[in-house]
Amino acid sequence: MPDSNNAIELKGVTKRFGSVVANDDVSLSLKKGEILSILGENGSGKTTLMNMLSGIYFPDEGEIFVNGQEVTIRSPKDAYNLHIGMIHQHFKLINVLTAAQNIILGLPGPQRLDMKSVDEKIDELTKKYGFELDPEEKIYNMSVSQKQTVEIVKVLYRGADILILDEPTAVLTPQETERLFEVLRNMKNSGKSIIIITHKLNEVLEISDRVAVLRKGCYVGTVETKRASVESLTEMMVGQKVTLNIDRPDPVNPKPRILVKNLTVRNREGLLALDNVSFDAKSGEILGIAGISGSGQKELLEAIAGLQPIEDGQILYTDPKDNIEDLTKKSAQEIYQMQIRLSFVPEDRLGMGLVGSMGMPGNMMVRSYRNGKGPMTDRKTPADLSKRIVERLDVVTPSIDTPVRNLSGGNVQKVLVGREIASSPVVLMVAYPVRGLDINSSYQIYELLNEQKKKGTAVLCVGEDLDVLLALCDRILVLADGKVTGIVDARTATKEQIGQLMTAGASKKQEA
Amino acid sequence: MKKKKVIHMVRRTGISTAKAWSIRIIAVLLALLVCAFVIVGITGANPIAVYGGIIDGAVGTSSRTWITIRECVFLLIVAAGLTPAFKMRFWNLGAEGQILMGGLATAAVMIYLGPMLQDWLLWIIIIVVSMLSGLVWGLLPAIFKAYFNTNESLFTLMMNYVAMQIIDVAIVFWENPKGSNSVGVINQVGKEGWFPSMFGQQYLFNVILTAITMILVFSYMRYSKHGYELRVVGESYNTARYAGINVKKVIIRTMCLSSAIAGLAGAMIVAGSSHTISVSTGGGRGFTAIIVAWMSQFNPYAMIIVSLFLVFMQRGSIQIATDYGLNNNASDIITGIILFFLIGCEFFVNYRLEVTTIDEEEAKA
Repeated sequence: MPDSNNAIELKGVTKRFGSVVANDDVSLSLKKGEILSILGENGSGKTTLMNMLSGIYFPDEGEIFVNGQEVTIRSPKDAYNLHIGMIHQHFKLINVLTAAQNIILGLPGPQRLDMKSVDEKIDELTKKYGFELDPEEKIYNMSVSQKQTVEIVKVLYRGADILILDEPTAVLTPQETERLFEVLRNMKNSGKSIIIITHKLNEVLEISDRVAVLRKGCYVGTVETKRASVESLTEMMVGQKVTLNIDRPDPVNPKPRILVKNLTVRNREGLLALDNVSFDAKSGEILGIAGISGSGQKELLEAIAGLQPIEDGQILYTDPKDNIEDLTKKSAQEIYQMQIRLSFVPEDRLGMGLVGSMGMPGNMMVRSYRNGKGPMTDRKTPADLSKRIVERLDVVTPSIDTPVRNLSGGNVQKVLVGREIASSPVVLMVAYPVRGLDINSSYQIYELLNEQKKKGTAVLCVGEDLDVLLALCDRILVLADGKVTGIVDARTATKEQIGQLMTAGASKKQEA
Repeated sequence: MKKKKVIHMVRRTGISTAKAWSIRIIAVLLALLVCAFVIVGITGANPIAVYGGIIDGAVGTSSRTWITIRECVFLLIVAAGLTPAFKMRFWNLGAEGQILMGGLATAAVMIYLGPMLQDWLLWIIIIVVSMLSGLVWGLLPAIFKAYFNTNESLFTLMMNYVAMQIIDVAIVFWENPKGSNSVGVINQVGKEGWFPSMFGQQYLFNVILTAITMILVFSYMRYSKHGYELRVVGESYNTARYAGINVKKVIIRTMCLSSAIAGLAGAMIVAGSSHTISVSTGGGRGFTAIIVAWMSQFNPYAMIIVSLFLVFMQRGSIQIATDYGLNNNASDIITGIILFFLIGCEFFVNYRLEVTTIDEEEAKA
């Protein structure tokens, strides 16, 4: 019998997409007034499961109970009527409207809108749970964390008692995450039940009361957070013990490869994205680049790759024969024509690095299509390269001609990284190489980076997980607000030290 | 407990080619069925006899068959021309104007140079000049798109109206006979500049031109570096820049190609078929070809089938309109019904409907 102490109870829920089973006979429960983490690797079916609670998908089989009553949720409206609210990973807000307008969007109301009383009600909610939000602020003026606040207030305004947050911390800085957790605890204390989807283990341990683990669409089990550890949860997630150690060979005979001098870059909005940045990257080492997201990491890599106009400064490249080339103000095309083997794995994989609608050979051709004879492309070499990458990196794909956008995130990244290292680069730049990847794929990527390092490639790696950067890199450059706040030795530096540099702000002077 | 059936719309995650085409064939059959009801409603005639009339009208005699083929190749060459632009996600809605400009240039060559030059030289000049004038009509929106990011759909659409006005002006100069407000058949006596009959067939030249153009366009799309570049640009400007592709150049180059082919279609219509020019020379083919290109998903073989089908029904329904004393709108109704079903069935290719039974009381809870 369903327990009425459970806010939500799922019994035998199954969801299929074509031949893929996204959720297979999942049964789990959310107690009233608790925070439940749903943990699983990418593609384990966390989001699909929650989308069935919020009315976006409809289960093929199984039963859903809310407060002990069996229910049918056919639309997000049904979910709201059952006081279930979901905060999606990708925000669903209208940019040109204010926070308050977004919050009341779609709700029935009087003919004449009384925004003042709406604002008051919003203020009441924000005060109660400890948010900071100006209801009259336009969405496009907001930071990511403010937008998330709007999304949370939106569901609370609709009277949600059960909140589902899909990877809420993926876009937040550590400080913002801390603030969000504070709010979540306040909500829990006032009786709300909360489900939080994440794959960051330390956050799971910090915030949740219980942890439910999914693996490949199946429910593995639920444990009390008190009795769980990083190791035990990892084992539940991946089904086997994985070593959390990343290999770090010492750099052999490091020589300067990329030298950046006083680089200043403005972004598309005309704001200063990089301010007087100087550093060097050496062969045979991995240089980590840390910083709160949006501190200029993207612009830095794109400036070196010739995709970002440079306002001031210099970028010099030294090839293996010690010839120095000036890459300043060279476009990606010109860098290619200079035959400089500079590889770049951008942050936006399908939007910049790959062509989603093409299969693997078409994507290999992004780098090599000019090699064909005369006006025609060579189609055989890219197809052979695709087959080699599938074999070497265990890419899971029905065929090499399947459009890459239909592959899972990890496989998309393997295709991209595989192509970039195939040209035996002298300099390899990677941005967030393991973002959204499961543990096994992540380790495969770390291994590939290490392999390149051993071959004498200069690797630049922008990352968000400081633990990983500290374990993988030789040196770490820290960016804050477009300025270099420090370059530290990753073998001796601590997480706290880097955290301080990340938030050091504009006033701090550059360290050597 | 009261039970209630609920229909869900579910997006398909993948569909086999066979299934997709069977959905489309079912749509065609349904369309024919609905058309039958409409025909019976209007004429009271036996629908099977009416369909017989349609077949008779489209391919009943050798000359009718050749008219069907003639119309079909017009649609095909325009659709082939639109393909590179659409693959680049450049929404060229200006093929109609590009056809008109190509036709205008053709008429001008026939009128002013016709009496002076050899036929073979005239044909070459006509092909080159018509392509260039179509090109100019596509080049303008492309330049504005590349450098100022203006909306190409509105721009190309507006260019159609400019082209029509220019034709109106030209008719004032070329009126024949005076006061008719039309150009009449150009070079009716000497046939200077008319595309030649081959093996006694007036339209075979057009068929060959179209076949060559289609083979060139689809090889260009599939095997050339340019074709690869334009497909990448269509997917994402950022990926294109990352790959070192000059996006502006590709937009302008592709649009030149696309509109030059539409201009060539104009030459085929004027020099190879109607031998006159008017604002209706385009005949809406610049728009119908968009439907042909999209419905065939840019597959050249599917394009042939789709355009043949559309023309077949059009020609056939003109015939039954005569047979049963209806006006031309009857054929528009039939074409409209068929297009409705063909475009509508794409919904079922992308989505499926699921019926679930739920308990009435809970739905309210």
